[in-house]
Amino acid sequence: MIEIDRVSKSYGGRHVVDEVSLAIPEGMFCVLLGPSGSGKSTLLRMINRLVPLDGGTIRVGGEDVRRVPPEVLRRRIGYAIQSVGLFPHWRVGDNIATVPRLLRWPRRRVSERVTELLELLRLDPADYRGKYPHQLSGGEQQRVGVARALAADPDVLLMDEPFAAVDPVTRAALQAELLRIQQATGKTIVFVTHDIEEALRLAGGIAILEHGRLAQWGTPLAILEQPASAFVGEFVGGAASGLRVMALRTVADRLRPNETAAGEPLLDEASLRDALAAMIARHADRLPVIDRAGRPLGAITLADLVR
Amino acid sequence: MRRWPRALASPLLWVAALFIALLFGMPALAPLFRLAFPTVRPVIFDRASFFSLFLSHLGIVAAASGAAAAIAVALAVFATRPGGRDFRPLVTALTTVGQTFPPAAVLALAVPALGFGARPTLVALFLYGLLPIVENAIAGLEGVPPAVRNAALGMGLSSWQLLAAVELPLAAPAILAGVRVSTTIAIGTATIGSTIGALTFGTPIFDGLAGNNLPYVIEGASLVALFAILTDMIFARLERLLAPPH
Amino acid sequence: MTAANPATAGSGAGRLQLHNRVLAALIAAGAAGALAVGFVTLAPNRLVSGRPIGFVVACGPHFAAGMTALALVLLAAAVVPPRPALHRTAAIIAAALFVLVLATAGHAAASLAGAAPAAARISLGAGFWVVLGASALAVIDGLQRAGTSPWERLMFAATLAASVLLMTRSGVFDSLSLAHEYWAHRQEFAAALVRHIVLVAAAVGPALAIGLPLGVAAAHRPKLQTPLFAVLNLLQTIPSIALFGLLIAPLSALAAAWPILGSVGIGGIGMAPAIIALILYALLPIVRNAAAGIAGVDPAATEAARGMGMTARQLLWRIELPLAVPLLLAGLRIVLVQTIGLAVVAALIGAGGLGTFVFAGLGQYATGLVLLGALPTIGLALAADFLLQTVATLATGRLGR
Repeated sequence: MIEIDRVSKSYGGRHVVDEVSLAIPEGMFCVLLGPSGSGKSTLLRMINRLVPLDGGTIRVGGEDVRRVPPEVLRRRIGYAIQSVGLFPHWRVGDNIATVPRLLRWPRRRVSERVTELLELLRLDPADYRGKYPHQLSGGEQQRVGVARALAADPDVLLMDEPFAAVDPVTRAALQAELLRIQQATGKTIVFVTHDIEEALRLAGGIAILEHGRLAQWGTPLAILEQPASAFVGEFVGGAASGLRVMALRTVADRLRPNETAAGEPLLDEASLRDALAAMIARHADRLPVIDRAGRPLGAITLADLVR
Repeated sequence: MRRWPRALASPLLWVAALFIALLFGMPALAPLFRLAFPTVRPVIFDRASFFSLFLSHLGIVAAASGAAAAIAVALAVFATRPGGRDFRPLVTALTTVGQTFPPAAVLALAVPALGFGARPTLVALFLYGLLPIVENAIAGLEGVPPAVRNAALGMGLSSWQLLAAVELPLAAPAILAGVRVSTTIAIGTATIGSTIGALTFGTPIFDGLAGNNLPYVIEGASLVALFAILTDMIFARLERLLAPPH
Repeated sequence: MTAANPATAGSGAGRLQLHNRVLAALIAAGAAGALAVGFVTLAPNRLVSGRPIGFVVACGPHFAAGMTALALVLLAAAVVPPRPALHRTAAIIAAALFVLVLATAGHAAASLAGAAPAAARISLGAGFWVVLGASALAVIDGLQRAGTSPWERLMFAATLAASVLLMTRSGVFDSLSLAHEYWAHRQEFAAALVRHIVLVAAAVGPALAIGLPLGVAAAHRPKLQTPLFAVLNLLQTIPSIALFGLLIAPLSALAAAWPILGSVGIGGIGMAPAIIALILYALLPIVRNAAAGIAGVDPAATEAARGMGMTARQLLWRIELPLAVPLLLAGLRIVLVQTIGLAVVAALIGAGGLGTFVFAGLGQYATGLVLLGALPTIGLALAADFLLQTVATLATGRLGR
């Protein structure tokens, strides 16, 4: 869906993005991860040409981004940023309707789409449609920002640290929302963050950037278990990365089928980290496993968790 | 040439030089005026020397602005003290409403009360000049961070010492900005004072307008324009000197 | 300010506390002005300056009693514990006093005119202005303390203006020199008023057309700002009469070279140099506020708008300009007041307008003429200021600030 081919950008002789190549397949939740100054935001903004490319090519849906007028390109791509940037003089409904109106959608279709999106982001349309941005909380504003980015139903969504300015509880809720939406709609999302936990939670594929260069590109598990360099290893938690791996693998990966154990059962889709927590809480080193329907699948032991 | 001090490039110096040159050397331009305006005689304003016009104009503006600055700061101090805080909204209303009055109108209204000449000009300039300074001084005094005020009081300064050593110095840039505005307006209004008999750079302008003598108008206008620009530049330089180093 | 003491408020026999020192000060100033200085001045003819007539003599027992009574009621309002209804009442009483002062002046003039020769001129004295000013400030004080809305204040202003108009219509002020001058020069006055408004409109319109784009450009290109504002600030410091004067020579030269300009009315003296100068003066507030307004737009909103695919023009018209409206209105307000004032001076170079009465009056030692020019100018400026303030408050309501 998005091909990033040896893309570079320099400011005053310094390479902010240095020959990065990346291929993001359709429907993937791709996270650009790295410390501040790693060039991840700049790379993101090169996809919708907010930052001009110095070298290399970017193709979205097979089309070179430089061959399309920038406004046309941007209206096809959703864009959500950390400070949201809602237009303070427009109501929520008008904010969300921005791109559809730029695309001259018929009035009825715009109105229906706004309702649809408010419901998708779990904001009561009757209540929120007429509100002004200053009347909303930080979390609500961010939801409206996401709705606005999705309004014209773009295939690609670019998000630049959208949840960084929100409190942890709201952030967790928004992350869950976003995952749900992505799984339901199958959109390609490119998401910038410096938060490793957020990346591990959301990503299908992670691109780690260091000083403008691509340090590693792979699945969360691959990055945790086989870091390509010392930098990557340190960044994903160094010694603590093991616990993070446990959050990504599930009980189903390690269970012993057809064995039994006593005690309150674990769900097969639970993470190994949750299983460890349960064992500690119940003072057991062996627990039974069931599936969602309640059928027994087997058992799992403490040793299995670290195998 | 290379080693001449950078000060020579300062626009302030050039404007000052031009002003002084014209102030004393205007008669030297007589041939130029005669060329441009062959039908007009005399070509250089001769009722009084330009220098005496300058002194008179400067005197009126300095006296009015000086008095206005002193009284305005006192008023602003009063309005920001606990005893005078009641009066602050009224003072603000007065300054905002007062500044919608055209300066020329204030000048004209002073005549019925005070007669003609320099006296009503001074009074009108003084009254009108109070307003920007009061407004700025109040803003400046209120802009002193409460933390600074608390620290000073906590260290044992009396309210008078607080005012003199902390609040006024911190408010000085704002007060200076107000004095700058007030003085610039005063220079212009004093010029119009010539219509009621004051001796200023406006005198050649109005003599010229009345007698269809354009050279007089140009002489008076260019001198007063340079005077105003020079004064503004000097104030700007003072503001820069007074501003805390960044 | 001494706080309202619940203990003493209830006990009628307790100490009287001065709750509203401002109101008390205003009453004191008004009383001092009324009694110490002449309320009206009486001159046997137009050429001699007038003899001041004291308050009691001029007003007669009834009006004097009425004004004193109202003043005492206001004084009572100053010592009663504060409450919004009280402040509103005080404002209404002060407004009534304001109207009464005007009526008294008219009546005083009428009664003096009855006993004086036909050529006598009766003008408003310093005492009148002091009392009028004090009552006006008392109205403002009352309205401020009551926390009135812009609509209420508009209503107050409208009612006062209507009362003054009514009194003028019914001839209350006819004996004053001001009225004499008006009736003597009625048509010229109407022409001058129209001309004055034309001068202001002819200057502010083009200034907006030039200044707004300049301000937008300055906001988008910071490098432009230093030279632009240097030039505009320089223009602003030049005294108005000087700029008017300096423009006369080149314009006369132009008119001499191209006589068709003369037929359109562009010549040396007259409206042309005045309007050009007024436009130049009007540029700074407009450009400065436009630039500040656009620069003040939330950068996140601009980033989001560009990222969503708005063109630069769509960004300007849909986001930047609407959000800059409060500052634009503030700039317009400054510009209108400033231009109304500067246009007075334009009369000196033959541009017409209300200034003609001001300077004619100064030349003829006729205070009535001076007032005939000065008062409407002040009225225009106050009206413009008040109207734009109301518009600005209503406009910012939508932005929730």
